[in-house]
Amino acid sequence: MKRWLPALAFILVLCVPWLGSRFHTFLATEIVILALFAVSLNLLLGYTGLVSFGHAAYFGIGAYTCAILMKTHGVPFPLAFAAAGAMAAAFAVVFGFFCVRSTRIYFAMLTLAFAQIVWAVCFKWNSVTGGEQGLSNVPYPDLSFLAALPVLGSLRTADHYFLLVMLVAGVCFFVLHRIVRSPFGRILTAIRENPERAQFVGINVRAYQVAAFAIAGAFAGFAGALFGIFNRGVFPDFAYWSKSAEVLIMAILGGIGSFWGPAIGAAALTLLNHQISSFTQYWPLVLGVVLIVLLFAFPGGVTGTLAALRARLRAKRHA
Amino acid sequence: MLEPSFIVGQVLSGLTAAMFLFVVASGLSVVFGVLRVLNFAHGSFYMMGAYLAWQMMHWLGPVTGNFWLAVLGSALGVALLGGLVERFLLRHLYGKEDLYQLLLTYALVLILGDAARIVWGTQQLSVARPKGLAGSFELFGAVVPYYNFFIIVLGPVIAVTCWLLLTRTDLGRMIRAAALDREMLAALGADVGRLYTLMFMGGSFLAGLGGALVTPVRSIVPGMDVEIIVEAFIVVVIGGLGSFWGTFLGAIIFGQVLAFGILVLPGFSLFAVFALMAVVLIVRPAGLLGRPLS
Repeated sequence: MKRWLPALAFILVLCVPWLGSRFHTFLATEIVILALFAVSLNLLLGYTGLVSFGHAAYFGIGAYTCAILMKTHGVPFPLAFAAAGAMAAAFAVVFGFFCVRSTRIYFAMLTLAFAQIVWAVCFKWNSVTGGEQGLSNVPYPDLSFLAALPVLGSLRTADHYFLLVMLVAGVCFFVLHRIVRSPFGRILTAIRENPERAQFVGINVRAYQVAAFAIAGAFAGFAGALFGIFNRGVFPDFAYWSKSAEVLIMAILGGIGSFWGPAIGAAALTLLNHQISSFTQYWPLVLGVVLIVLLFAFPGGVTGTLAALRARLRAKRHA
Repeated sequence: MLEPSFIVGQVLSGLTAAMFLFVVASGLSVVFGVLRVLNFAHGSFYMMGAYLAWQMMHWLGPVTGNFWLAVLGSALGVALLGGLVERFLLRHLYGKEDLYQLLLTYALVLILGDAARIVWGTQQLSVARPKGLAGSFELFGAVVPYYNFFIIVLGPVIAVTCWLLLTRTDLGRMIRAAALDREMLAALGADVGRLYTLMFMGGSFLAGLGGALVTPVRSIVPGMDVEIIVEAFIVVVIGGLGSFWGTFLGAIIFGQVLAFGILVLPGFSLFAVFALMAVVLIVRPAGLLGRPLS
């Protein structure tokens, strides 16, 4: 992918509050946050080769940490946001320590089981998490200073929040991109390709896997923190396994072979969700059918199909 | 504070839960052991078993004896469903990445969950206990419903039957051979494809059976599919994936920890189970009776 393309996309999305309606800003905010969530998962899935079926746990932990700090304790957004990432990373280290000890399918099961614990805690711990009802009315970060600025002053609060999301998510994407391009990221890829050989050249495979787990968890936590505020409330469903599966589907739909693939998948699935939900309540049914069609219509996997398509386009351009 | 009647009551209620869980988890474990497929939809098959049992009771009318007919019928119905899924969907994904099989079974979870919602709605459904087992008796001061006692007996019976089937029959020998080396078995002339279909049907049968048997004691609701699959996962992780008796042991431990965890952490007894799972995984990463996967 061309290097300037993400930057161009970033600038285009940034213009949404001026070009589109309130609904478009809403949609763009959701897509950007979920794209961050999906890209954070891909650090495990695509780069380290770990199929996590419980990534929503860290999304949920981040969302609850940020929301509880901001709503119950009145902590300002930057601190609460940082705490959300730190908390998610801390849990990811503990869970990851157990999970990386097992092989592929075991690993998927364990990540799922740990995510279900997180969900159960959020569901049962009434006094802190609000239990089944969740926490509603999570406050927006204080962005009133934006109103004094010339171009931004005319925008609504939700638009201001969208700009904050773009800024924060942009930084997160940049950092994640640097991480996968760094020597550390290369080692993760080496582990994905051949863990045994990586071990032979002296890499502590499990330590690197736990580190990848923690980083992916931290960014999922950031995404969760942003989503909780965007959603104006946090609910146990954030950590539920269907959320984990949904982000997994986003990543695979978009393609786990490239850095931006999962982000594209997140955008596609979110737009599809809004389209389908407007005329039926059975979105899961539609999603399931879409998934099966994808699995069978693209025998080489979605990623393979995309790569093949790209190769064919390139061949045509050169011809 | 801890009276014997209370302890006996907790042990027996833990055992009942364990045997329900064993019936379901054994199907999951056996399918994994042979097909190497982790079936997320196993919980959905369990749910289908429960709904089908209710539906058949509804059609047949609440006459004594019909319950058993409904249980058997719904288990067979779910086995058929499993056979169709294996033959027309899952079969085409063998040899591909595990991820694709996981996603297929997850897609089935979504589809079956919504299908059940469309057909049977979202309200709670329930099935009456069969007449012969409606009462209860007293054991060391604890009240034990006959039906629970029946389940506690039935669990080991099913376990031994499956074990005999696996170790003493030609079919069982083939199944174990397929688990060890699928290609070699195919080279020797066995129809491995048919064996896989049969195996998946067997696993689905157990899921459906568990779902149908549970209807007199738990209400049938949407979401029961997801609840059971996570519990079944924990059971097979504790016992050892693919190990038959490991699943039995795992289920019993799960049931007892859940029953007595309530004393230590009321409302949070599920944590005791997860803590146990973590300990087991530190000491024996492959589960209590499992062998490390190659």
